[in-house]
Amino acid sequence: MDYLPNLLFGALVTLAVAFMAIVMGSVFGLLGAISRLSHSLIARAISGFYITVIRGTPDLIIILVIYFGGTVGLSKLFGQTVAVNEFTAGSFALAFVFGAYATEIFRGAISSIPQGQTEAARALSLGRFVVFFRIILPQAWRLALPAFGNQSIIVIKQTSLISVVGLEELMRSASIAAGASREPFKWYFTAACIYLMMTSLMTLLLRYAEARSNLSIRRS
Amino acid sequence: MLDFDLMMEVLPKLWQGVGMTGRLSMLILLLAFVLAIPLAFARNAGHRIISVPANAYILFFRGTPALIQVFLVYYGAGQFVWIRSSVAWTILRDPFWCLIIALGMNGAAYSAELFAGAMRNVSRGVIEAARALGLSWYATIRTVIFPTALRSALPAYSNEIILTIKATSLASTITIMDLTGAARLEVARTYAPFEVFITAGAIYVAITALLTHLLKQLERRVMKHRSEAPISN
Repeated sequence: MDYLPNLLFGALVTLAVAFMAIVMGSVFGLLGAISRLSHSLIARAISGFYITVIRGTPDLIIILVIYFGGTVGLSKLFGQTVAVNEFTAGSFALAFVFGAYATEIFRGAISSIPQGQTEAARALSLGRFVVFFRIILPQAWRLALPAFGNQSIIVIKQTSLISVVGLEELMRSASIAAGASREPFKWYFTAACIYLMMTSLMTLLLRYAEARSNLSIRRS
Repeated sequence: MLDFDLMMEVLPKLWQGVGMTGRLSMLILLLAFVLAIPLAFARNAGHRIISVPANAYILFFRGTPALIQVFLVYYGAGQFVWIRSSVAWTILRDPFWCLIIALGMNGAAYSAELFAGAMRNVSRGVIEAARALGLSWYATIRTVIFPTALRSALPAYSNEIILTIKATSLASTITIMDLTGAARLEVARTYAPFEVFITAGAIYVAITALLTHLLKQLERRVMKHRSEAPISN
């Protein structure tokens, strides 16, 4: 039997989960970075707790908490059994993880934009919101790009953990093929090669994006 | 909200898994370190015959998920009759050793990349000075390049140690009763995933926080020469 089409379909699910995790995680990361840099002690404490806990816990535990905990929690909340979707739980869990690392990446990038720019913009009577989105962010994302890209490559590899709760992504498809064909090495190795292609392609894409993002800076 | 009595009740049971997590982490770090040194030298070697295989090894282990590497060793090895009939099978059928081999090889790739970078960054002047003082190549590597490189790689290597401890949670996927494995068993028994997994998570956070603190102390100690006045002699 040929399981390659199943693996390739699994790879698409892997990419979809990774994409969702990166998009949602970026939002968490941005919120985290803003509260890390805020004047409010409570906001700083919450975001500090968030990154310490997430970065100190294995990703597998976070996936298990959100998947199994989500099922029990939502069932209690609605008074009937609610089945949590593996895709949703998995992408949320990885988004939380991504968000913790993105918080530190964005915080570093934002704080390396000189304070004088904010002061100048504020003096020109631009609102806080406008200053952040039109002055700070357009410069900070370039600085954040290399680390952000590396973290995105890590997410692709982390998606394999969602197979533990049964999402049929690349890893799970490989397990099914391995069991059915009794050729575990062949199918796990094929899956590993597909992962390698995805991560290598992402690396190349990242290098290209980095080169492009610095065009305007090098010219001036 | 959370049932704290239950959390206290499962704590001793989870604690039994901590020992396994610790043993796995130590053996994995040991294997990874032993493999990483020659790999780092091979990666920096001038000869392509030596550097290309090392680079391919590092690319494969860093570019694929650790979980698939664990499954490749644990389930994959059994596909071959010649492995099953060899002496190696006594090791490869044991999930404990499979995890150590897989994660040890994985860690070696990351550590080798670190060490290779650190060794490349040892300044040429220092190496030339050592050679000019009549030290042999072997002595230069052993007494100059190696200690300097290891010292500058320490902050990144500390991070690697923390990542390894977290990676041992994969043990639970191949039936090993580590901290995560014990937690999954307790969840099956109590059906209280929030309480049990959060307790397990708190233990991991405590371990990694303590270790991060200790490694920071160590870093400060080995970097002492940078902060103090130059030794007059």
